[in-house]
Formats: sequence, structure tokens, C-alpha cells
Amino acid sequence: MSPPGRAGPGQGRQPPGPFRPRFWRSPLRGQWLTSVLGLVLLGGLSVMAVTGLLSYASYDPRLPGNDETSGAGLLHFYLFSWPTDPAWLYRVNQGVHVTLGVALVPVVLAKLWSVLPRLFSWPPVRSPAHLLERISLIMVVGGVLFEMATGIMDIQNWYVFPFSFYTAHLYGAWVFIAGLVIHVILKFPRMLAGLRSRSLRRELRTPLDQTQPEDPDPAGLRAARPAPPTISRRGLLAAVGGGSLLLAGLMVGQSIGGWTRRTALFAPRGLSAARPGTLPVNRTAADIGLTDAEVGPAYRLTLVGARQVTLTRAQVAALPQHSAVLPIACVEGWSASATWAGVRLADLARMAGISHPAGARVESLERHGSFKAASLSGAQVNDPQALLALRVNGADLPRDHGYPARVIIPAAPGVHNTKWVSKIVFQ
Amino acid sequence: MGQQDRLPVGRGPKSPAGWFRRWYGAQPLHLLALLAAFALAGYAVRDMVGAGQWFGFVIWFAVAIVGHDLLLFPLYSLADLSLRRLLPAPSRRPARSAGPPVVNYIRVPGAFSLLLLLVWFPLILGLSAHAYHRASGLAESPYLGRWLAVTGVLFAVSAASYALALRRRASRARRASRHRHRFH
Repeated sequence: MSPPGRAGPGQGRQPPGPFRPRFWRSPLRGQWLTSVLGLVLLGGLSVMAVTGLLSYASYDPRLPGNDETSGAGLLHFYLFSWPTDPAWLYRVNQGVHVTLGVALVPVVLAKLWSVLPRLFSWPPVRSPAHLLERISLIMVVGGVLFEMATGIMDIQNWYVFPFSFYTAHLYGAWVFIAGLVIHVILKFPRMLAGLRSRSLRRELRTPLDQTQPEDPDPAGLRAARPAPPTISRRGLLAAVGGGSLLLAGLMVGQSIGGWTRRTALFAPRGLSAARPGTLPVNRTAADIGLTDAEVGPAYRLTLVGARQVTLTRAQVAALPQHSAVLPIACVEGWSASATWAGVRLADLARMAGISHPAGARVESLERHGSFKAASLSGAQVNDPQALLALRVNGADLPRDHGYPARVIIPAAPGVHNTKWVSKIVFQ
Repeated sequence: MGQQDRLPVGRGPKSPAGWFRRWYGAQPLHLLALLAAFALAGYAVRDMVGAGQWFGFVIWFAVAIVGHDLLLFPLYSLADLSLRRLLPAPSRRPARSAGPPVVNYIRVPGAFSLLLLLVWFPLILGLSAHAYHRASGLAESPYLGRWLAVTGVLFAVSAASYALALRRRASRARRASRHRHRFH
């Protein structure tokens, strides 16, 4: 079948189909294209790794009960206590992590498409070094697909995976990071050579009728028998970039908020959550089974410190009130800013007889769920903007937003702004 | 992969390093770096074992790779190949005379639409309607309509730009023929 001039060593023994180099026809595959996509991913996935690890740090996992990942190994290192300033820190971190993660989907697909013939390279293993390198590719390819799949499913509340999202997304990230670092170390020189092999400026000026296959490369990314092109190289890059912009453009409004929320057609808290006078939530009062009796006149707030104090909602409302404009931001990437009003947590600590609180544990009326309680650091409790809020945007808290009282802390993850607060234990 | 045959040799073939290179296929540093990466990944999987969730974790890693390489990739390649086969032959070739290749005016909006579906299918198909409503108080029902509407807009924009491209080409051809007429 193959012309005699092309048959290399071992050519006759390779299985048919994708294992034959001549099976792959796209004239656009080549080291330059793979290197450009690789460079974009090197930047984008590094941002994903950093924002992801910051997201883990934002839970202050060293505080009791805060680590959702149920582990205690070396990968649970705590370099710093999560700051409360700037207040937008968590909002921006999660917005970037989730929006960028979705926007990178077409780039990852294009990059995998560009190297897919290598999956079927024959012989499958040439040396121990080659075998180990292929195993490391499981970490980087499996890692990026696993992380994207679990992240994208989690933001849509599609919990069909047989593991805890927090645990699996964190350890999947570590497997991926290990794979990515070794992949970059091994491939960086080749990426640079690929980038130098063609001029980006010239590619961007080359229309379809002048598009030629790339030069052959040592990895054999270029097709052995390229078909005539049906799209230019710049056309393919524009389609990939356009796909990223489309995905990001139709979701980023859920993170920016305001009028832009109405532009977020494909985002879990986008256009659907853009109802005037409301803020998005990720747990409803109906979901936790909150009863009228629990939030009615029988409601009591218990403060525990050097002494124990029990207050009705009216007594809390009679304490000195402060207001703060703070974002509520979810690990799932959406956020919204609001004006919250209530009592400073530091003032409540003093009522309980603790003048310099080193931290607090806040408990909710919720009976079940991972976030029915949260531990706060000393910095969070002492921040003058950290409130036990009773009102939002000039009205009593809606029940879905934690009526009778909720915590709001600058730069804290949404789930640490405990709703339906029943008890605060100060240390 | 394939780099190892081009690495500098450094030592003679009789030296221990030369022997290692021939047996292993790369320099010792290559092995050490890979072992370090495996150790880190292994440590992370060990923590998944500690959490009692390693089996699903490993299965999903495998499913992610197989699902992309042996399912998603063949499916979209087949769809693209079928599209190109279905179109009239001249538009498949980038011939200068045949007009703008219509294939890309179908491919790009089609790919964008499928990309939106790939990312948001749990919302679009209402697969997590119950959990989503419990969490947000919102319904997933609007997403299917939005996806169909955005798909329609994408194809409409593509059709309009194809019509523009055809017109530009026709007026260029008219100008060229007038030009020829004048000088011959």
C-alpha cells in the first residue's frame, strides 16, 4: 500500500489505521502550531495552578474543621493566614480560576488534537526513558481533563462523581502539576525550537490559498502525507481563540456582577440570577429545611467566650450597627457586591468577655452539610469590616441570605460567611 | 518523546554513563526528574487512598483520557470528515476560482455551538436540575432555549458573513473583468 520509498524500518509490522503515520492527513499539524498552543497553555495553566492553590489557602485549612480535603500529609502546607484585605481578593481569584478554566477548554482540545497522532506512535515503547515519559503524559493529559471535567461539573452542581469534589480536585491538581512540571522541563527546548520555526506575524498574514504544511520535525507532528488545507493556520488559531472568548464572554458577567450579569447566558449565576433586588446564593433556606419556628421570636444568638451571652434578634439589632460594602463570592466563580449592615464580630467578642479574640467558630442553624460551621482566624474576627450582618442593601436579610443573621467577612470564601448563625464561640 | 536520541553523549560508550544512556535511552537526569514527578503524583494519590476515594479517582482519570482520545476525538473528526464529504467538491478545495470555502462557515459556528454544549450540557439538558435548584433557587429550564438561540445566532452571523464574502468576490471579479475589457 505504501510507496516503497517511504517505508522506514519496521514500517510493515505496524498495525493498520492510526498506527500508520500516513493515516494522519491534516496539513496544519506541526511543531509550530503545537508550540504556540503549548505556550498559551503554559501561561494559562500556570495561572490555574496558582489560583487553585490560593483557593485552597483561602479556606484557612489549618483551622479546626476548615479543611474539606480530609488529609493531613505534606501537601497540606500552610504558608500564610488568608488576608482580609483587599476585600476583592477571593472574588477575583475565583472569577479568574473558573472563567479561565472554562476558556481554556478549546485550547486544551486543540493542543491535544495537534499531538494526537503521537498517541499511536509505533513501536509504543522504544526505551525505558520513552516508557516513563509516556506514563508522565498520563499525569498531564489525564490531569488536565480530570481537573476540567470535575471543575465544570461542580459549578453546575452535577455531582455524579464518586468522590468529594474538594478532595479530588485538589489531589488531581497535584498529580497534574507534577505531570505539567516534568512535561515543561522535557519539552521546553522543543517548544522554543517550534516557536522559532515559523514567524507568527507571517502566519497571521497567510490566507488559505497560500497555506503550506509545516516543515517536518523530529517528533513527527507534521503529517507524512498532508492533505490540501481547508482552513488557514490563522483561521484555526482564530477559531480556537474565538471559542475561548465566546465561552468567557458568555459567563464572566456572573463574576463581575451589576448589569453584566445579564450578559452571562451560560453561567450558573448569570442571567437567570439577575433579578432586581436579589443576590445569588448557593444554599437556600428550603434546601437546609429551615423552619419558621427556628427563625421566629424563638430565635436566639448564643455568644461563648469568657462568659456566655444569649441574645434575641431585637437585642442584636439594638447593638451599635456598622455597614460595609463587600462582595459575596463563591468558590464556583460567581460573585456579587452588596452593602451589608450589622454588628462587628469584634464587638460581639467583647460582649462575650474576649477583648482580643484569636479566632472564632461560627455555627449555623443548619443540621447537615459541610459548611454548617466555619472557623475564622484572628485577623478575620478583628477586621472592622467583619460583621454579623442583619441587613443587606437597606432591607432585612432575605431568608435565603441567612435571616435572622449571617457573617460577612472581607475576602473570605462564600461558604465561610456562615448563614443562619446560631452560635459564635470566640477564642 | 524522541528527544533522547539527540541528547549530547558526553562520555564514551564504555563508561558507566554511556552504558546507562544506551540501556535507558536518555541521560540520568531525565530519569531523576521523572522519578521526582512520579513521587509527587504518588504522594497525592496516597492521600486519595487515605481519604478512601482512590478507586473512583483513578477510574475517572482513565475515563477522562479514554473519553477524550478514543471517543470525543474520533467523534468530532468523523463529524468534520462527514461534513466535508457532504459538501460539493469545489468548496473543499481552496481553489481561487471556486468562491470562499463554505466548509468553514459551517464548521466554525458548529464547533462553537458544540463547545457550549460540551461545557454546559448538565445545565442545558437539565441533568442536575434538582441539585441546582436546591443550591440556587433557580431552574435549569432556560438553558436549552438559550443554547438553541445562541446556535441560531452563530449560524445566522456565519451565513451573513458568507453572503458578504460572496458579494466581495463577485464585485472583485466584475472589476477585474472590466479592467480586462478596457485593456484588451
